[in-house]
Amino acid sequence: MHEMALCESLMAIIEGEAASGGFRQVHSVSLEVGLLAGVEKDALQFGFQVVTRGTVAEGAVLRILSATAQAHCPLCGWQKIVSQPIRLCPACASPLSLTGGRDLRIREMEVE
Amino acid sequence: MCGVCGCGGADHGHGPEHKHEHEHEHGHGGDGRQDPVAAGMGHDHGGHLSRFAHAPGLSARRTVQVERDLFAQNQRYADGNRRSFEERRIFTLNVMSSPGSGKTTLLVQTLQALRGTEAVAVIEGDQQTDRDARRIAETGVPVRQINTGRGCHLDAHRVGHACADLPLAQDGTLFIENVGNLVCPAGFDLGEARRIVVLSVTEGEDKPLKYPDMFRAADLMILNKIDLLPYVTFDVEACCGYACSINPRLTTLLVSATHGDGMAEWLAWLANERAQWGRGRAAAGVTGG
Repeated sequence: MHEMALCESLMAIIEGEAASGGFRQVHSVSLEVGLLAGVEKDALQFGFQVVTRGTVAEGAVLRILSATAQAHCPLCGWQKIVSQPIRLCPACASPLSLTGGRDLRIREMEVE
Repeated sequence: MCGVCGCGGADHGHGPEHKHEHEHEHGHGGDGRQDPVAAGMGHDHGGHLSRFAHAPGLSARRTVQVERDLFAQNQRYADGNRRSFEERRIFTLNVMSSPGSGKTTLLVQTLQALRGTEAVAVIEGDQQTDRDARRIAETGVPVRQINTGRGCHLDAHRVGHACADLPLAQDGTLFIENVGNLVCPAGFDLGEARRIVVLSVTEGEDKPLKYPDMFRAADLMILNKIDLLPYVTFDVEACCGYACSINPRLTTLLVSATHGDGMAEWLAWLANERAQWGRGRAAAGVTGG
């Protein structure tokens, strides 16, 4: 639901970079989205199209890179890098703790 | 432009106490958009700009490294709020739930129970209207309403401004009632000391599984409206089990805000957490006030 607001933050960063970096057009933006960031990728793509209209990033491609999280079982010590949020330890069925994967980070932009 | 929060007005000082006169126009209330100017203009550009400093007329396509976190702006405000609360020993709770779970009724009952014992203030978040703020104001407790407009959550920037506008006593307690929504508020730190999710028994016991982010981020789950249990199909044990499988450190309390069941336990939890938070502050060497 808040993807539009996040896209506005993204656009503000892009415009700040454009002003300071002296580029006039953005061709692509690479955004790392953690699996626990609570962000819907389709909504992000839609919001990006809307907020970039009439800006330096109009028509730019939004590349969404998925970031993983670390799952760890406090009981039996099982651990794994996961790309899906899982709740229960596959080894002993107790609740897992998940760390990382909360970032929503612009990595790089292709500009001109 | 405000140099720290970048919110478009005159410089208004963001000291640790976050007390600033608000003479400039923000337009925060009306359209509910996150301040695009705030997100972009107040930031630290770090060292990467030097690459462009002497490249006039550069027009070839190139890749620039940005490495900027979209949540960083909110986090900066949240850290500022938290510092300000800790320095003034204000125990702050972020109360979240879906719409209609009984947050405001729970707060009204809580405020009445706490009346005379400690200084309390409330921030209310809703998309529109000041109806909740008026209900809180009837208890005599100072309250500020934030209308988020189209926004689906409170953010730390708005909360900081509401705090500047609210009489917050040292050693007091601040309740922030977030916008009714089990999704977005989970992603936005406001600077609170504890997070509470309220779930009512009319909503279905599988909500923790359907909206795990909210339950993962909470310290306490209040299962409200338990007086209605005879009339609804709701498996309390399954609900608590689901919630704890998402977040094993979650505490659960069964409450009926309208009938008073569980209120004593809730108030005891508050007192206990407050004491624990105070000890944590002391151990961390936070000074002030």
